[in-house]
Amino acid sequence: MSAVTTFPAAGLTTAQGAARQFLSDVWVLTKRSIARIRREPETLSEVTIQPVMFVLMFAYVFGGAIGIPGGGSYHEYLIGGMLGMGLAQTAPGTAVAVVSDMSTGLIDRFRSLPMSRAAVLTARTIADLLTQVIGAAVVAGVGLAIGWRVHTGAGDVIEAFALALLFGYAFTWAGVCLGMVLRSPEAAQQTGFVIFLPMTFISSAFVPTQGMPGWLQPVAEWNPMSSLAAACRQLFGNPNPAAAVDAWPAQHPELAVLCWSVLMLAVFAPVAVRLYRNKAR
Amino acid sequence: MGETPAIEADGLVKRFGKTKALDGLDLTVPAGTVYGLLGPNGAGKTTAVRVLATLLKPDAGRARILGADVVADAAAVRRTIGLTGQYAALDEYLTGRSNLVMIGQLSRLGAKAARQRADELLDRFGLAEAATRAVKTYSGGMRRRLDLAASLIGHPAVLFLDEPTTGLDPGARALMWDIVRELTAEGTTLLLTTQYLDEADQLAGRVAVIDGGKVIAEGTPAELKSSVGGQRILLTLADGADKSAAAMALERFASGSIVPNGAGRLIEVPVAAADGLATEVLRALDAAGVGVSDIAVRGASLDDVFLTLTGHMAEEKEKVAV
Repeated sequence: MSAVTTFPAAGLTTAQGAARQFLSDVWVLTKRSIARIRREPETLSEVTIQPVMFVLMFAYVFGGAIGIPGGGSYHEYLIGGMLGMGLAQTAPGTAVAVVSDMSTGLIDRFRSLPMSRAAVLTARTIADLLTQVIGAAVVAGVGLAIGWRVHTGAGDVIEAFALALLFGYAFTWAGVCLGMVLRSPEAAQQTGFVIFLPMTFISSAFVPTQGMPGWLQPVAEWNPMSSLAAACRQLFGNPNPAAAVDAWPAQHPELAVLCWSVLMLAVFAPVAVRLYRNKAR
Repeated sequence: MGETPAIEADGLVKRFGKTKALDGLDLTVPAGTVYGLLGPNGAGKTTAVRVLATLLKPDAGRARILGADVVADAAAVRRTIGLTGQYAALDEYLTGRSNLVMIGQLSRLGAKAARQRADELLDRFGLAEAATRAVKTYSGGMRRRLDLAASLIGHPAVLFLDEPTTGLDPGARALMWDIVRELTAEGTTLLLTTQYLDEADQLAGRVAVIDGGKVIAEGTPAELKSSVGGQRILLTLADGADKSAAAMALERFASGSIVPNGAGRLIEVPVAAADGLATEVLRALDAAGVGVSDIAVRGASLDDVFLTLTGHMAEEKEKVAV
């Protein structure tokens, strides 16, 4: 009778079919983001050039003035913190990409297609996870060049990178949410910067929290970036002054990173998908 | 009851804050026809299309596409429609071909079928040579054609074209018109929005004029034009001329309401076309002692449709709504 019932794809209503459709859509859209990177590799500068700049600046400009409580090499201390920053700093880029997508007609087209509702945003985060893998490799590479060394086994190193990427991935969903609520790429860039910069610097990513004023220390100690930095330092066998700090996240950095990541995923991913569904109603 | 209409809208209402973008829109489009939604900016055309294409939820009323409700059964609707919006919905950084293949795969064609269909459409729309170039290098006309190709990739039974030629040069516009005519020859149901009377005239079998979010006139383009009246006489009165005396003298020529055009000395009179009319008008004004400094005659325009049907100018409406 109506054309709806005769359309061949109309049978895809089972849960299995929906899951397959979701994965297929995510894959198609992730390929889109990768194609973009291949055409304009300069979009990767935030995970390539920027981390190198930060590592070199902190290692050779600020590093000499930063003492590590309990001793140890600042260059070795730095990389654990830099890994977190290198991954988290892709979030403003995620927000910009989401705003740009939402402000073109492309999202309208996607929303008018018989495709999975959650696929567009999920594909965005998968593509950003891939750039974060590149970012992590760059940080490790430049770290090795300035004298950072790992003093533990392969299992610990893999766990450190896995934790960092899990945290980075969860953080990407915060970037997606930011992109969904802001109206212009410029606003996303600015807001991302305003949130992200204090978050990185009021932590143990670059300096030990022990040197901060007393009222600021708890903020820094509970900052997820501190937990990630401490977890990586511990797993790499690098100097980790946070081990001497009497705060739960400082004492259990790996578990703290896991909790923070799960919490961010549980909050930001559903909110982002919800914002996407309700966009422009 | 006969065949299910391709598009049915029943009392659609959509508010954005205080603005009522749709205010009880009714529409019935039989399958296989081309239907034009004609109206100025801000009349509610785009909102209507967005509701029908499942992008917006109406605040009240209901709409069905081939019998499927756009809210309750949105997924089914999405499998049968294609949408080409006012702004090319394409990924600027992908090639033309990659865009089509991507949309094809998201439209539930398999990868192979999507590639085949993409090549077929690129060929048909004269984009085969540009297929491997990034879309950001495309001209406005090429973008529109690619965008249209993208909306056709899943073989939609109902196609929405929202102002498909706005901003295009005459050559690119003519090409779009040819493509639209071909589509309609294939039996696709097409809902087309436009600000241009001539476009609706050229392409649509039936036209609904919408203003303030509802249909204020409906019919074939010919019916519409005859309801609007043939021509307009534009008068500039001499300094100090009596406007009301002029209006009285012009009464017998007017086929609609006489509009004192702005606060100045301009008067616009809708008239039925006739030879020597301008001369007669001048004589009548002279007899009434009204001095005229300028007179012009022009054909009916979209503005006239609106003026006649709504009593206000299209541009005024635009300022209020935007």
